[in-house]
Amino acid sequence: MNEHVKNVTPETTDLSRRSFLVGTAATGLVLGYAGVPGIGSAAAAPANFEPSVWYAISPDGLVTVTCGKADMGQHIASTMAQIVCEELGAKWSDMRVQLASNDPKFNDPVLGAQITGGSWSTMMNFEAMSRAGAAGRIALTEGAAAAMGVPASELVVRDSMIVHPKSKKLMSFADVVKSGKATKTFTPDELKAITLKTPDQYTMIGVSVPQLDIPSKTNGTAKYGIDVMLPGMVYGAIVTPPVRFGATVKSVDDSAAKKVPGFIKAVTLDDKTATTSGWVVAVASTYANAKKAAQALKIAYDSGPNAKLSSQSLLDEAKRLQGLEDSGQFFVKDGDPNAAFGSAAKVVEAEYTTSINIHAPLEPMNATAEFKGDILHIYSGNQFATRSGAIAAGAAGIDPKFVVMHQMWLGGGFGRRLDADMMIPAVQAAKAVGKPVKVIYSRENDMTMDFSRPLTYQKVKAGVDGDGKLIAISHDVVSAWPTARWGIPDFLTPSVDKKGPLDSFTVNGADFFYTVPNHYVRAIKNELAHNATPSGQLRSVAPGWTFWAVESMIDEIAAATGKDPAQFRISLLDGAGKNDGGAQRLRNTLLAAMGLSGYGTKQLPKGEGMGVACVSSQERATASWTACVAHVAVAPSGEVTVKKLTVATDVGTQVHPDNIRAQVEGAALWGLSLAMYEKATLKDGGIEQTNFDSYTPLRMSQTPEVAIAVIANGEKATGVGEPAVTVVAPAIGNAIFNACGARVRALPITAEAVKASMKA
Amino acid sequence: MPTLTINGRSLSVDAANDTPLLWAIREQLQMTGTKFGCGAGLCGACTVHVNGEAVRSCQTMVGEVAGKKITTIEGLSAKGDHPLQKAWIAEQVPQCGYCQSGQIMQAASLLAKNPNPTKEEVVAHMDGNLCRCMTYSRIQKAIMRAASEMRTASATSSERRPT
Repeated sequence: MNEHVKNVTPETTDLSRRSFLVGTAATGLVLGYAGVPGIGSAAAAPANFEPSVWYAISPDGLVTVTCGKADMGQHIASTMAQIVCEELGAKWSDMRVQLASNDPKFNDPVLGAQITGGSWSTMMNFEAMSRAGAAGRIALTEGAAAAMGVPASELVVRDSMIVHPKSKKLMSFADVVKSGKATKTFTPDELKAITLKTPDQYTMIGVSVPQLDIPSKTNGTAKYGIDVMLPGMVYGAIVTPPVRFGATVKSVDDSAAKKVPGFIKAVTLDDKTATTSGWVVAVASTYANAKKAAQALKIAYDSGPNAKLSSQSLLDEAKRLQGLEDSGQFFVKDGDPNAAFGSAAKVVEAEYTTSINIHAPLEPMNATAEFKGDILHIYSGNQFATRSGAIAAGAAGIDPKFVVMHQMWLGGGFGRRLDADMMIPAVQAAKAVGKPVKVIYSRENDMTMDFSRPLTYQKVKAGVDGDGKLIAISHDVVSAWPTARWGIPDFLTPSVDKKGPLDSFTVNGADFFYTVPNHYVRAIKNELAHNATPSGQLRSVAPGWTFWAVESMIDEIAAATGKDPAQFRISLLDGAGKNDGGAQRLRNTLLAAMGLSGYGTKQLPKGEGMGVACVSSQERATASWTACVAHVAVAPSGEVTVKKLTVATDVGTQVHPDNIRAQVEGAALWGLSLAMYEKATLKDGGIEQTNFDSYTPLRMSQTPEVAIAVIANGEKATGVGEPAVTVVAPAIGNAIFNACGARVRALPITAEAVKASMKA
Repeated sequence: MPTLTINGRSLSVDAANDTPLLWAIREQLQMTGTKFGCGAGLCGACTVHVNGEAVRSCQTMVGEVAGKKITTIEGLSAKGDHPLQKAWIAEQVPQCGYCQSGQIMQAASLLAKNPNPTKEEVVAHMDGNLCRCMTYSRIQKAIMRAASEMRTASATSSERRPT
């Protein structure tokens, strides 16, 4: 990353943000947290504390926290403010939030970049925000001590007030800022030496304070990327080719488009970043006119190498690759499963698949680009400013240091907005017409050009010894590689067999916490799918499919050996060796879900069943321990009704209990939606589903009761946005088996598949 | 230029009669609380009221609403304090928030006619509104809370009324 040549404040069109900034200028107290050493040049630690980063206190006492994370509904901006507020000692009603630009000074203190995903934000920023808050409290206290003429050690800070109990003198934060006496700065070492509160001293962490962004989301004032309005701005509508990727534009006939009022120009993208292929953007005075012009363009394509591919051909290729001895790279290589299968009393084998899935956040992809002097301004809600800024620069043919990204509230992210495709037509159209351009995808563009969750094929083989003990698992995962597509080596993982880096975001979760002495996991890249369906990170990423396979297979083994599936899991979670700690936490979570659901305590009516699953999503090193009991009813037709989902999750420390429940419920319902209702298919190289009539996420009438148990045991705060997505599908599959003996191995689950498996 | 009666004001818009009302509201009038979601009447993000009825503004053309009374989220209440808006905050409904203007407008048209809806009536009325964050249970709770508050308020005001 590069340093910015200029610091740019948000534009005046963004009134909601501007009002937060009023008064925070020169006279304000600005505090920050310097980067942690050893996280790369992107956020190299300055020698001295640089007063400018995470929050500012204005003379009126308002504390504005700048959030470097994309806020897509997980209320992370509010959460960051809450963590700062705890140590600062401010009153919650004095807290405000604003969203960071792509200036590297706002990089994640752990990741060294601006990227939001992995359910990482709270766990990786908790300490940085705590120390920033504490530093502010110390600086204000010392300033107040000087102003009052009393020792700082005798002062008490609470609710934005600094009180000297002996003399009954008091100053508000605003008074101290106005006095100009808060001048202390901190070196990184001094910051690190600050003693933070212990959990028993918390008054804010663990309290469900009102989320700061919510009022603006009930009255229409919250500004998303799509709401950006710039003076002189025009609009772009894109025309995308019939294939997802690989097409080129042969010719564009705009003679009919020229008759559309307000039409300005059709711009064929020249995308050297290879993010898009064969796109044209129609630019006009209004979006309605741009859409009309786009429809009037006659474009001839060379459909490219993927034009004959279908979901079936991608699946066939996956099976072929899995069958090859030397395919892929090892992610886990413990013991020797193949030898163990030779001596096993019983071997169980199964194939599991998941379909292509589409993010479909409700705010369609959009971006506004404006060239102003040397600087390219991009307005868009985005999860990966560090990479997206570079892609926007690539589209403009300029150095990334000249790109300023203006972050907006995200109308849903779910991983979709890690990508920057929407910026490319905006940039090239703005360049071509010499005006700011806002490009808005139609829903059809958004669905057919999604960086989708890839189609996956997994083969799992398990061996059980004569005592019914699970001794071996061999697990192959074949898919497109979403994260390899980024071309950033730091996001890849060395393979155990030293065959080069692999995309661990296709196999995370397969390295589970069960004790299985012989365990192979092989990551196999489906090159055909990788090229034809450029994939992305969809909420929970790999654990969304790996646990579908693992947790279904564990159930299959339990059934094959006549064991209760929950008790079988508990026996495998013995915490031996490398699983110590995590296994026990996961076991306890499973027990909590069992208890809350009444698992095994009641006789269910005929055709109903309960199934369990437990997961260590997201990565092994960043797990939130999560278990689910699904209660289903299966009709003789194979029709499945999910009656209730019970989810228990161990999050270590809960910053905002109500938000955790909201996130876990949303994630669990995503899991249900992916398990039962969402399916995309490839035909002739194109995604067939174009809108919410054919791609059908969960609606209110399909929403079951979700019961949630949150375990907060004082361990470090973990993430909650994703893990519950991954646990639901296998719990439902296992519940179906429990209800009627039908085993389903393909997502989404269909009545036909259930019915067919019943007969078998 | 067509004139729209919107949130109690008469405003002329520079848009052809076959322009979706959604884009006239958002671009010409710069009221961006009403959202574009699907362009096909399948998600409800663009819901506004026309003569008190909830309609999808992406499927309603400017030419169809001349002379009719249009209400958007910006005009639902003077200070963002419609009982539904207050309930949405009390129940902490929004996550990303993008669908919520449409959800609130859709719900408002229900409560205007049915101050005491059952859960089934709420689900039937709201099922066309997608929430990708899947805040459905909180939406239901907020509607019930607002309905209850509106009934209490109306009972109180009728009690005070001299007989």
